Amino acid sequence: MNRYPLWKNIVVVLMIFLGLVYTVPNFFGESPAVQITPAKNSAKLDPELLAQVEGIFKQENIPFDGIYQDSRGIKARFNNTDTQIKAKDVLQGHLGKDYTVALNLLSRSPDWLRNLGAKPMYLGLDLRGGVHFLLQVDMKAALDKASERFVGDFRTALRKERISYGGVTREGQTVQIRFTSSTELEKARKIISKEYPDLTLTEKFDGENRLLVTSLSLLEQKRIQDFALKQNIQTLHNRINELGVAEPIIQQQGADRVVVQLPGVQDTAKAKEILGRTATLEIRMVDEEKSDAATLEKATQGQAPLGDEAFKDREGRTILVKKNVVLTGDYITDAGPGVNSQTGQSVVNVTLDGRGARIFQQATRENVGKRMAILLIEKGNTEVVTAPVINEEIGGGRVQISGMANTQEATDISLLLRAGALAAPMDIIEERTVGPSMGEENIKRGMHSTLWGFAAIAIFMIIYYTLFGGISVLALSINLLLLVAILSMLQATLTLPGLAAVALTLGMAIDANVLINERIREELRNGNTPQAAIHAGYDRAWDTILDSNITTLIAGLALFMFGSGPIKGFAVVHVLGILTSMFSAVVVSRAVVNAIYGYRRKTIHVAIG
Amino acid sequence: MELFKVKNDIPFMSYGRLTTAISLFTFILAVFFLSTRGLNFGVDFTGGTMMEISYPHPADLNQIRHTVDSIGLKDATVQNFGSSRDVLIRLPVRTGVTSSQLSEQMLTSLKAADNTVSMSRVEFVGPQVGEELYENGALALMLVVAGIVLYLAMRFEWRFAVAAVIANLHDVVIILGFFAFFQWEFNLTVLAAVLAVLGYSVNESVVVFDRVRENFRKMRKANVVQVIDNAITRTMSRTVITHFSTQLMVLSMLMFGGEVLHNFALALTIGILFGIYSSVLVACPIAMYLGVNRANLISDIEKKDGNLKEPDPSEFA
Repeated sequence: MNRYPLWKNIVVVLMIFLGLVYTVPNFFGESPAVQITPAKNSAKLDPELLAQVEGIFKQENIPFDGIYQDSRGIKARFNNTDTQIKAKDVLQGHLGKDYTVALNLLSRSPDWLRNLGAKPMYLGLDLRGGVHFLLQVDMKAALDKASERFVGDFRTALRKERISYGGVTREGQTVQIRFTSSTELEKARKIISKEYPDLTLTEKFDGENRLLVTSLSLLEQKRIQDFALKQNIQTLHNRINELGVAEPIIQQQGADRVVVQLPGVQDTAKAKEILGRTATLEIRMVDEEKSDAATLEKATQGQAPLGDEAFKDREGRTILVKKNVVLTGDYITDAGPGVNSQTGQSVVNVTLDGRGARIFQQATRENVGKRMAILLIEKGNTEVVTAPVINEEIGGGRVQISGMANTQEATDISLLLRAGALAAPMDIIEERTVGPSMGEENIKRGMHSTLWGFAAIAIFMIIYYTLFGGISVLALSINLLLLVAILSMLQATLTLPGLAAVALTLGMAIDANVLINERIREELRNGNTPQAAIHAGYDRAWDTILDSNITTLIAGLALFMFGSGPIKGFAVVHVLGILTSMFSAVVVSRAVVNAIYGYRRKTIHVAIG
Repeated sequence: MELFKVKNDIPFMSYGRLTTAISLFTFILAVFFLSTRGLNFGVDFTGGTMMEISYPHPADLNQIRHTVDSIGLKDATVQNFGSSRDVLIRLPVRTGVTSSQLSEQMLTSLKAADNTVSMSRVEFVGPQVGEELYENGALALMLVVAGIVLYLAMRFEWRFAVAAVIANLHDVVIILGFFAFFQWEFNLTVLAAVLAVLGYSVNESVVVFDRVRENFRKMRKANVVQVIDNAITRTMSRTVITHFSTQLMVLSMLMFGGEVLHNFALALTIGILFGIYSSVLVACPIAMYLGVNRANLISDIEKKDGNLKEPDPSEFA
């Protein structure tokens, strides 16, 4: 009665074999590597790239241990960090700005294992070091900004249709247009409702003027918010690519939050600065008529004339610009540093999209001979980068911005412009940073806890239950093997609480074997034959094991659902560990017991202490 | 080796009054400390900034306090963490200051004072996030309790379910009581430990209840008290061995797990120690007071199995 059918034994052996295959990659360690990914997220990986990179390495005499391509990019391994850094510099030089080259660590496991999909466990930030940010998108600002854009759009639309209006102003998220006559208002209403069907239009009378009030419908608000979030995530992607981080995680969380995880990033100040940057470009006209000495003097003291704003330029001179924005950075499709062939000065070459190009062409045509100010808004500071005189109409959407101090600045500003502006400001509402030495320390701590605890349990079990104790320990180690294998297979994030969960789960999993062993002892005491006792012990313990594990499973699932970050890591391991423990403690240990006792004709003694 | 060779059943239920009194006393004590001292919540729940820094040499706390004061952070607490070389700085939430810049600012000033300092860990949690984590934690606790009650009510009987949950909530309150009394930091990891203990302790009750149910079937002539006494006595060995094994693992975590896992392991230790006692000596009396008997369990079994097998006379214990 204590014999397994062949298929059951095969299943056990197969599971252990699979467990071994998927656990093994964790033991190979990691070597320094570089990772090459396209700088633009949308760009497809060039199939020639692999050969190209290999060619560069050969040409520059850089020895590499291995190179391969996966869905995200090309990865190359080296045997020391010096070569790794050299390779990174060389590649960046050859490949240019279309590709991001990042330093990384790669598993040394052989290719055939990787081809099977067997990878080492994915370590969380608290084990490998790095930064975790939770960013909150300021949705009110996104709506304000969208409304602000309508102000400009309405002006242009009304002017184009030659409708006379008193003024367009924004009040919170509504835009009010003043009219003196109701016929003009009616005309305007028709045009606006046709061009912007998603806006809600109402009329008001404030005693003097008739007001057309437009507000965002709920649907439109939602659309703007979704767009802002998507745009911000895209911008973050671009910026982080510029940082050169291997395997960054940028994900939406909830309706208005973004999670950013940057493994291995040490310079948190730089990371925060780059994430938080809200640099954007604005092009506005200089108010030449009011730019006399007296007004400028007043403006310096903070009393700019109505409709104007005063900003300083690079030399510290005050420049009076109109509040009305001609063009914003949103229309920029590309930006790069360059040199003006005539003056030899550093410049930034900006390319505008179709709509931007049209607006820019119109503005330059209407303002020939006047000055146009290019403003850079960064961290709430606005600076006039340059304010050149418009000599002629500029079409085609190619704009050259002069006034750069040097090439470095030209590069920095183009990077900022290229990486794009955030659709809405973001605040860091949660940060968890772990230094690299701390990460290693944490791994060591987690491992030591597990191993010493395991050893203590093993010694105790073998003393207390002799052979059956040994079988229980064997089952427990197979539980550990399967747990590590599943974690590696699923690539679930392993955190320090996750490592604690490995230890704790093992400590709890032994319960099943204790239950079985105690039950067998009891059956023996009741005078059953050894074979019958083993059989009854396993059978009767099973119900109890199932019941008790399900309650633990409920706790694990609740933790998984409501836990965040490190707690989720704990819950995942805990739940998986419970599942593997049921298999190993019952099925695997039974297989071993059956193999030992099942084929004995006469068992007089069961070695259970 | 066998530690528990008990011939006759130990009359646990006759101590029911005593054990319930002890539980009630510890419970009231725990509630008292919880209400007077309150929990020392970590930044996870309160929001704020926590920085762990380390020096290659023993840290001069006064010097660090001075540096922290000098950048206008008077409400910061500075203390050693684990060893004399590691220092923990905690800052409460401050309105109007972008806390994310705070840690950078602090590190810069600390570096200026002594450039051997290195940052091991920074945790900043905004007040809003803290509140959410707090709510989610409470929600998780309630979900676990509800899930367990439901499962046990389905698998056994509502009396068992209620008894098991009361016994285990009693453990949770006692763990919290310890944390309140010693003012140990209560953070997300500790919460995970508390919930794990909840699941684990229910295990114990389940094992005993399983035996109680089995006994009701087998021991036809015995009364409720005898049935429960026998169930506890027969599972006692397993209860102690299992808890001892789990405790070995937790002890190892306490010794090697470092500061981060320290409170986690502490919560588990208290939970395991009280779990042995409560799941047996609290859950069973409560189930008994609630009036659990053969009729309501056996009818349950009959419904499930359709027909009840005639018990083998040799199985009468």
